[in-house]
Amino acid sequence: MHYVETKDVVKQFSQHRALNKVSIRVPKGAVFGLLGPNGAGKTTLIRIITRITAPDSGEVLLDGKPLEREDIYKIGYLPEERGLYKKMKVGDQAMYLARLKGMSRDHAHQEVSKWFKKFDIMDWYNRKVEELSKGMQQKVQFISTIIHNPDLLIFDEPFSGFDPVNTELIKQEMLKLKAEGKTIILSTHNMESVEALCDEIALINKSEVVLQGSVYQLRNEHKKDIYKFRLLTNSFDNELLNLQVLSNEQYNEFTDVRVKKPEEMEHSQLIKLMLDKYKIAAFEEELPTMNEVFIETVTE
Amino acid sequence: MDALKIIISREYISRVTKKSFILLTILMPFLFTALIFVPYWLSTIQDSEERKIVVIDNSGFYAPEFKSTENYTFEIVGDANISDQQSRLGKDLYAILQITDDLSKDPKAVTFLSEKQAPLDLLSSIERTLSEKVSEQKLEALSHSDNVDSKTIDQVKQIIESGSRISLSTMKWGKGGSISETSTVVASIVGGVFTVLIYMFIMIYGAMVMQAVMEEKRSRIVEVMISSVKPVYMLIGKIVGIGLVGITQLVFWGIMIGILFIGATAFFTNPEQAGQMAAVGGSMATEGFDIEGALASIMTVNWFEIIFFFLIYFIGGFIMFASIFATIGSAVDNEEDTQQFMTPITLLMLFAFYAGFYSINNPDGPLAFWGSLIPITSPIVMMVRLPFGVPLWEKLLSVVLLYGSFILTSIMAAKIYRVGILMYGKKPSIKEIIKWMKYK
Repeated sequence: MHYVETKDVVKQFSQHRALNKVSIRVPKGAVFGLLGPNGAGKTTLIRIITRITAPDSGEVLLDGKPLEREDIYKIGYLPEERGLYKKMKVGDQAMYLARLKGMSRDHAHQEVSKWFKKFDIMDWYNRKVEELSKGMQQKVQFISTIIHNPDLLIFDEPFSGFDPVNTELIKQEMLKLKAEGKTIILSTHNMESVEALCDEIALINKSEVVLQGSVYQLRNEHKKDIYKFRLLTNSFDNELLNLQVLSNEQYNEFTDVRVKKPEEMEHSQLIKLMLDKYKIAAFEEELPTMNEVFIETVTE
Repeated sequence: MDALKIIISREYISRVTKKSFILLTILMPFLFTALIFVPYWLSTIQDSEERKIVVIDNSGFYAPEFKSTENYTFEIVGDANISDQQSRLGKDLYAILQITDDLSKDPKAVTFLSEKQAPLDLLSSIERTLSEKVSEQKLEALSHSDNVDSKTIDQVKQIIESGSRISLSTMKWGKGGSISETSTVVASIVGGVFTVLIYMFIMIYGAMVMQAVMEEKRSRIVEVMISSVKPVYMLIGKIVGIGLVGITQLVFWGIMIGILFIGATAFFTNPEQAGQMAAVGGSMATEGFDIEGALASIMTVNWFEIIFFFLIYFIGGFIMFASIFATIGSAVDNEEDTQQFMTPITLLMLFAFYAGFYSINNPDGPLAFWGSLIPITSPIVMMVRLPFGVPLWEKLLSVVLLYGSFILTSIMAAKIYRVGILMYGKKPSIKEIIKWMKYK
């Protein structure tokens, strides 16, 4: 079941085509990574999903139905370009944004208090936004994004400007949201967090979707037949194997070796080859990181 | 609609609760009233010092004419030794008025001697007293000559007394045949004041809208906002919220200035004060500054109509300019880039302002007529014309044109605004801005 689906979305800005027949499918309850180099069209796609701009052609489905104006209350969006009214009090600001999401005054107040306590910023309720540190403002923005309990959350570069402690806090909150069954679209350049958080991704490059699928599947598809061995020897000699060795680090008790398997060779053969000469302590096929997949796809 | 209400109330409340706004709103009416009444009040303050003036009248004709007032006492001495009197100067004596001969024969036979420069009102009062007496003497002499009959003399006397006091009272011929008294001076002043007022308010509050839009864009809150509300709501919310702030200030000022004026007028026109004013004699009363008369003509101005149209034109003009200003604010990233777009708007406003001012001299001329119809200038120029009376069809046409064009500019503004607020980086050209309107 797909919670968000875009079908052949096209968006043209005078000379520049920002999105060219972009179709993505975001499974319900998943964390979906929207990746791509700067200027690829990610933000434009997000703006179309959040109904900030309209596509020239194509359609967006939410929970199987065409996206409508009222649906924006089901969406929580944390834009990359985010800010707050500097002269407004922090609490008033959170209340204002919550009420614009259609919450009643009482309900908004209740939720704002709850989240402010949770994020430990209750003392700042009556301070002006301009007195806050950047990380503190980010917390307020994060709260404003999720305060109306939306089913779909869209975070555009949520970790920029956060220190490691707060990054971890946000990550944990995102995992909690996922556990509650929310669908999350995460647009980021931070590939480590993609591997840690995302179930599926779509990679957009030059206005088109160039990769889509689960993180494991994509890494698997991009594997380079590289195998890692930990051999219990301190005198590794490649001459005996006649393989392409990519790296070779000798320690006192063992040696870590990375080898490329020739295409025609079965991988049981490779193991056999190794076993004949050395004792194997560990063996693993090396999958490319998302970072490598990203760079490889984009620079192709 | 709820979202719109929430936005309007935030825009409104965040501005009217600002300390600077409250201070300015409360202080201005006092400042304005003070500016008008304090100089007047200062001029009526009694000078408690009594000044003695010795009159040495060798002819004997003129001395009895001088009547002492609160400030000046005239002491008449006959044929006194002038040097004795001179020694008193600067002690208990303020001045010596010496008349050595019959002034009807020798007009230069009078000298005024004082230690300090004498005030103008004293000198003019002495001159007036003397010349009245001299004219009387001359007429008297004339009546004794044989070939003039005494009736003619009486008539001449009357002419001299009443003939020179003419003031043109202008009346306005109403449609129903009613004649009302008007004052061109008052109409010009009222027109001028309202022109300046509407120009200032449109400029100040229009610029406030632009600042607010740029502030939102710069602080990057726009995208957070438009993920929950339509961009056009943000635009309307801002214009309406800030417009209401302007109206609040205007209404408050109107009421306060009204109250203060009535209070101040009552204070200055009560009998006691009036008596004191008469006692001052001299310049004020004679130069013709007649505050009661002025107030009476102020009351003849069609205040209700002017204030009604002021609000109508303020709303129309403000929305039109505010939506243009908002467009500019949404299209650029920083203050410097506004200049290119602001210059033509400022020039138009200035043109309207001057057109308004020159229309005071000819409120029914072609400049005033066209200026008060063309939507960009009409809110300003029409203010000049209203106190002079404008035909209904002109008012209606002008209002319809203004409101029609503000609807047009608002629609254009909304189209540009929703694209502009999300555009960062390079300053767009006019051509690009026009293209934005076509974006879906």
